Amino acid sequence: MPEIPAPYLAAAIVLVKIALVIGVVMLHVMYATYFERKVIGHMQVRMGPMRVGFHGLLQPVADGIKLFFKEDVIPAEADKGVFRIAPIIPVFATLSALSVLPFYEGFVIANVNVGLLFLLAMSSLGAYGVVLAGWSSNSQYSFLGGLRSSAQVISYEVAIGLSLVGVMILAGSLNLSDVVKAQQQHRTGMFLFPQFIAYFVFMVAAFAETNRSPFDLPEAESELVAGYFVEYSGMRFALFYAAEYIGMIVMSSIAVICFWGGWSLPPALLDAAPFLAAVPGIVWFLLKLYIHIFLFYWIRATLPRYRYDQLMSLGWTVLIPLALANIVVTAVVKFFL
Amino acid sequence: MPLETTESKTTEMTVNLGPQHPATHGVLRLVLDLNGETVVKCTPHVGYLHRGIEKIGETKTYTAALPLTDRLDYVSSMTNNVAYSLAVERLFGIEAPPRAKYIRTIMSEMSRISSHILWIATHALDIGAMTVFLYSFREREKLLDLFEMTCGARLTVAYPRIGGVRCDVGPEFLRQLRDFTDEFPRRVREYETLIDQNRIWLQRTKGIGFLSAEDAINWGVTGPTLRGSGPCYDVRKDRPYDAYADVDFDVPVGAAGDLYDRYRCRMEELLQSNRIIRQCLDKLPDGPILAPDAPDLALPYDAPKKKIFETSLDHASIAFSHERDFFPAGEIYSAIEAPKGELGFYIISDGNTRPYRMRVRSPSFIHVSVLPKLCEGHLVADVIANIGTIDVVLGECDR
Amino acid sequence: MDPMEIALQLQTAFPDEVRKIDEFRGQVSVTVRKNRIRDIMSRLWAEPEYYFDFLEDLCGADYLGKKEPRFEVVYNLHSMKHSHKIRIRAEVSETDCFIDSVTTVWAGANWHERECYDLFGIQFIGHPDHRRILLPEDWEGHPLRKDYPVKSDLGEHEWPGFKAVVETSKRNRRYEVR
Repeated sequence: MPEIPAPYLAAAIVLVKIALVIGVVMLHVMYATYFERKVIGHMQVRMGPMRVGFHGLLQPVADGIKLFFKEDVIPAEADKGVFRIAPIIPVFATLSALSVLPFYEGFVIANVNVGLLFLLAMSSLGAYGVVLAGWSSNSQYSFLGGLRSSAQVISYEVAIGLSLVGVMILAGSLNLSDVVKAQQQHRTGMFLFPQFIAYFVFMVAAFAETNRSPFDLPEAESELVAGYFVEYSGMRFALFYAAEYIGMIVMSSIAVICFWGGWSLPPALLDAAPFLAAVPGIVWFLLKLYIHIFLFYWIRATLPRYRYDQLMSLGWTVLIPLALANIVVTAVVKFFL
Repeated sequence: MPLETTESKTTEMTVNLGPQHPATHGVLRLVLDLNGETVVKCTPHVGYLHRGIEKIGETKTYTAALPLTDRLDYVSSMTNNVAYSLAVERLFGIEAPPRAKYIRTIMSEMSRISSHILWIATHALDIGAMTVFLYSFREREKLLDLFEMTCGARLTVAYPRIGGVRCDVGPEFLRQLRDFTDEFPRRVREYETLIDQNRIWLQRTKGIGFLSAEDAINWGVTGPTLRGSGPCYDVRKDRPYDAYADVDFDVPVGAAGDLYDRYRCRMEELLQSNRIIRQCLDKLPDGPILAPDAPDLALPYDAPKKKIFETSLDHASIAFSHERDFFPAGEIYSAIEAPKGELGFYIISDGNTRPYRMRVRSPSFIHVSVLPKLCEGHLVADVIANIGTIDVVLGECDR
Repeated sequence: MDPMEIALQLQTAFPDEVRKIDEFRGQVSVTVRKNRIRDIMSRLWAEPEYYFDFLEDLCGADYLGKKEPRFEVVYNLHSMKHSHKIRIRAEVSETDCFIDSVTTVWAGANWHERECYDLFGIQFIGHPDHRRILLPEDWEGHPLRKDYPVKSDLGEHEWPGFKAVVETSKRNRRYEVR
C-alpha cells in the first residue's frame, strides 16, 4: 500500500472530523426543534407534534421539506446582494465556533491555544448577520429589530467574556481541553462551585446572546417590531433558525466545558462508583449538554419577556459588575492560595 | 481651534401597527409617531369591524334584534343579551321570573369568568408568558362546554331572552357547574403562580399605563379599567339588576391605576364571580323561566308551533297564548356591568314592533379612545401591554 | 337628589332653553334647545349638588317626519358621587345642523361626538378632531339617518374603496382554478 504523506493524512482526518461534527450537530439541531415543541407542549398541558411519524418524530423532516419548497421571496426594494448574504453569516460564525470545542478526550477539530478567545470572536461575528439582515430588508420593522438585536448581542458579549475570565484564571489557559483537564484536579470536578457567580452570569448572558426567551424581544411575534428576519422565507429563514439552535448548542457546550467539567466525571463520584469510568466521556458530555438545552426550553415556557430598556439595563448594570467582582475575587483567592 | 459640530436633524418615524397584527385583539389600527423608542403621538383608527348593528336593529323586531347583540362583545355574549333583554324589559315594564333572573346571573358571571380568562391569556401571551394561555383556556373550554350543553352554541348564544331565558337548565349542567366552582379557585392560584410574583412580570406591569382617577371618570372609562385607578363604580352594586341584590360579593378596587392593579382587579373578579355562581346555585328557585306577560317576545312570532323541550312544555304553551299588541312609546337607558365595563342600551320606541333607535353604549369604544393617553410619552414596547390592559374587543367597539 | 327636582331647577335656571321635561319608567329626560348647551352642561358638571362627572353616553337620534327639529343629540349623564342620573336631549334642526361640543366638560365626549358626526352629519363646533371614525374618510352620506337606505344598490354613489375591490376581483378572475 503506498504511503500517504502525513500532511495529506492529517488533512483527511480533519475533513472527516468536520463532516462528523457538522453532521451530528445538524441532526441535533433538527431534533432540538422537535424536542422544544414537545417539551414546551407538555409543560403547557398539551402534546406537541403527534401526527408526522410516531409521536411526531418525523416533524423536523417535514418542516425541512416544506421550507425547501417554499417560494423564495425577496422584497423589491431590498438590497439583493446583502439580503442573500446575511443569513449565511450567523450560520458560518456558529459552525466555526464548533471547531474548537472538545467533545471528549482527544477529539477536537482544532486544538488551538486560544480556544475561548476564538469562541468569543465567532459570537461577535454572528451579530453582523443580524444587522445586515435587518438593514437589507428595507422594512422599518426589521430594521428596528436588527438594531435592537445587535445592540443586545454586543452588550451581553461583554458579560460573557468577563464571566469566562474567572474560568481562565483558574485553569491557567485559554485552551478548552486544558480547561477540562484543570477541572479534573478539583475534588468536585467542576468549576461550577468556585465560580457559581460566573456561571449564573454566563447562563443569563447566553440566553441574551442567542436571542432566546426572556430576551427574545427582537424576534417576538407579538411585539410591535416583529423581528429582523420577518422578510425572509423558505431556506433563508431556515438558515437563521438553524443558526439560533446551533448557537444554543454552542453556548450550552461552552457552559458544560467551562463549568460542568466537559466529558469528565467528578473525581469524588468516580471514587464512589468506579464502574462509571467505563462509560465513554461523550455520554457524560451529551447528558450535561441536554440538561442545559432543556433549561433553555423550560425558561422559554415559563417566563415573560423583558422590555428592551430593562434588558439593556440588566446587562450593563447587573451582569457586568457581578462578573467584574467575580474576576477580582477569583484573582485574589488564586494569588493567595 | 474650535471643534466644528453640526446639528444632526432627526425626524420622527411613523410606524403602522396595522389592522392585521397578532397583538391587537381584533382589527385595530394604531398609527404611532416615534421619536426613538418613545411614542410621541398615537392615533387609533377603528371601524374595520363596523357592521351597522344599530341601523339593522331599527329594521328588526325586538326579538329578532337579539342575535345582533350577541356579536357585539363576542367573547362574552351572554352579557350582551342580558343587557339588551333588560333594556327592553324595562322599556315595556316586564319583569323576568326569579328563576330566570338567577339563571341569567349565573350565565353572566360565567361569561365574565370566560372573558377575563381570555383577557389574562392574551395579555400574558403578549408580554411573553405563553403558558398562562394554555392553562387558562382549559377552564374556558369547560365553560364553553357548559354553554353548549344549555343552548347549543359556544360563542354567540342568544340565550337570555326578553322576559327570561330561552330554555331551562338541566341537572347535569348544575352538577358540572358546581364541580367547576369547586376547583376553580385552585386553578386561579395556578395561573397566579406563573406570573404574579415574577420579577419580569412586575417590571413590565408596575408603573406602566397609568391613568388617574379623575381622568378615568372624565373620559368615561368603566369596569376594571376604572376600578384599577380607585373609583369603586360597579353597575351591579350601583343599580342592581337580575339577582345581584340577593348575593354577597365584593368589588375589587385598585389604588395605583397602573397595569398591575388592573390585572389584580380582574384576577380578584374571577374569584368573586365564582363566589356569586356558588351562591346562585345554592339559592336557585324553582319556577317558570319566561315572564307570563310577554313571552311571545322570547320566540319569533312566526316560529313553528311545536314542542321544543319536554320540561318547558307548559311554558311553550304559554308562549303562544298571548299576543302583545301594545308597545308603549318612550325611551330608556339601561346598563349592566359587562366584563369590559358598562354596557348600556339606549332604546327609543315609537309604539311599533321595531325599535325606533337602538343605541349601544359600548365600553370598548371609550377604552380605545383612552389608549393615546396611556401610550403617549412612554416606550413603544408598552403599547402592546396597554392594548392588553384596556381589554377591548373590536366587535363591541365598532358595532 | 331626585332627578325630577334637578330638571325643574334646570328649567328655572334656563327658562328659554328647556322645552319640556319627560319622565318614563323612572328616568327623567329634559329636552332643551341647543344654543346654550355648553353652559347647561358646565353647570350640571360643576354644581356640587348635581356633580354629573360621568358622561355615560352621547348619541344622536333622527326624528325625520315625526317632529321638527329633526335631530336630537342625547346626553345620558350620571353622577358618581350622588348616584343620580339625568338625560338631556338637545334639539338640532336639519338646516342648522351644528351644536357646541362638550369635550371641554367631559373629555370622553370626543369619540362619541365623532361617531355622531359620522353617522348623522351633525357638526360639533369646537371639537378637537372633527372627522369620521367608524366609516372610511371618503365615505359620502350619513348612514344612521332615516332617509339612508339599509340595503340597496347605491350605484354611482358606491364607496370608491368597494368599487376598487370589485375591479380587482374581476381582473383576478382569470387566475381562478375551475
